[in-house]
Amino acid sequence: MHATVRPALFVNLPPIVTSAAARETASALSMRMTITKVNFFYGSKQVLFDVSMGVATNKVTSLIVPSGCGKSTLLRTLNRMHETVRNARLEGEILLDGQNIFAQDVTAHRRRVGMVFQRPNPFPKSIFDNVAYGLRINGSKSPISEAVEKSLRHAALWDEVKDHLHKSAYELSGGQQQRLCIARALAVEPEVLLLDEPCSALDPISTAKIEELLVQLKDLCTIVTVTHNMQQAARISDFTAFLLIGQLIEFSPTPQLFTTPGDPRTEAYITGRFG
Amino acid sequence: MSARLRWRKFVSGFMLTMTGVCALVAVSVLFFILGYLVYHGGTSISWNFFTKLPVPVGETGGGMANAILGSAKMLLLASLFGVPIGFLGAIYLAEFSGGTVAFVVRYAADLLNGVPSIVIGIFAYSLVVHPFKQYSTLAGGFALGLMMIPITLRSTEEFLRGVPNALREAAMALGASKWKTIASVIVPAAYRGILTAVLLAFARVAGETAPLLFTALGNQFWSPGWVQPTASLPVMIYTYALAPYDDWHRQAWAAGLVLLGLILVINIVARAILSRGIAVPRS
Repeated sequence: MHATVRPALFVNLPPIVTSAAARETASALSMRMTITKVNFFYGSKQVLFDVSMGVATNKVTSLIVPSGCGKSTLLRTLNRMHETVRNARLEGEILLDGQNIFAQDVTAHRRRVGMVFQRPNPFPKSIFDNVAYGLRINGSKSPISEAVEKSLRHAALWDEVKDHLHKSAYELSGGQQQRLCIARALAVEPEVLLLDEPCSALDPISTAKIEELLVQLKDLCTIVTVTHNMQQAARISDFTAFLLIGQLIEFSPTPQLFTTPGDPRTEAYITGRFG
Repeated sequence: MSARLRWRKFVSGFMLTMTGVCALVAVSVLFFILGYLVYHGGTSISWNFFTKLPVPVGETGGGMANAILGSAKMLLLASLFGVPIGFLGAIYLAEFSGGTVAFVVRYAADLLNGVPSIVIGIFAYSLVVHPFKQYSTLAGGFALGLMMIPITLRSTEEFLRGVPNALREAAMALGASKWKTIASVIVPAAYRGILTAVLLAFARVAGETAPLLFTALGNQFWSPGWVQPTASLPVMIYTYALAPYDDWHRQAWAAGLVLLGLILVINIVARAILSRGIAVPRS
């Protein structure tokens, strides 16, 4: 059976989540990415167990992962960044727009699925060159300075940096650097943007700015974010997946997961009994 | 104050003084050498020293223009030969190789670095000089280049490893290939360190005498082209300092001063490069 023909959003879940209403929601959505029975190993240590879920087009999907082990692994498999790690092995299937991502050229795939990391990691270049980097390496034909401005506007950073685009990116504050990294990722116009705890190194004000930004950005691309912060997931995401020790415990529309969790472990976590 | 406490205060003060004295000795060696060279060599340095050929014993005046040019030519060859090999090898070590390969290469480079320079000279002699029955600039440059490889390789590798992994990931997540990532992010982020490493390797071999003794040999004339024996500053210093003539001794001091001056300038330039541009913060 091919993964795209089934309602991939709610595969392998406890019955309460796959209620008729939820099924309807799921089938009404188009899936940008589907993940089917993914098992992931670092050497002989397994960190993901049979994870199956979907990523809805132009929505924000949050992965809540309380435990440290393999926190960003699932996210990193989506743009194949896990392949940079020695001894990493993946079983299962991941599709982007119905195509197996492992059958594509890896650099071409990463242009379609961008990533923003936990700590801001601008290049030691100017603000302009940071955003232009992806365009330049991809031999973009479009005028670079216009694309840079557009990306910086999308990342809500333009007004703060427009007068000193040629200053070092390290002169920006942490929150600005993270928005610069978002602008850099947006510049190559990815279909999916992955964010690995994008606010964990930031103060509350910067965090609020980025959260607001993500909600706006979903018109532009599909967003997947990892967080261990439940409130953040509740604020920004349309769908939330709860993973515990490498297993997908529950995956539902966000309001449902937070109001009527289908699994006692989810409930224990969101009500603060642990975490 | 009890005797015990007095004793402890004395030991503390004594040790503190000793560390200070040793630090002072360490730096004063350089200034002593520098002062000595300026004192003896300073008076012998003139415009002629840089433009004239050596003169026969008995005549006064003359210079070491041929040695300066010979050293420059051999250092150029050495850099063209040693730096690319060391640099690209370091990229392989830092970015591509697995544990075992990296260990072997790194260990071999460290051993090569520790090989006495006279042995490097013999090696270059048997490989380049002996088969062609000809001492040459080429052979001297080759010997110096061999010495530059491990120095460049190990220090370049260190600087490449110092580039945060987050930058590699950022570039690769944007769809950059491994090579593109290295060429457009990793090397630019480390280039100041790499340049410094290369300059220091250059300065190190600039003063080497032993590898040149039986590769470039040395002479008293101009050495046109690349396949004739050539004079060089270190070998000139060696020959002139051993000779029994006062005038030659003065010339040797002057050559020493020029050589040390060159190395100092390179060091200062390297420092200046290191303090400019956008530095990658250590995370």
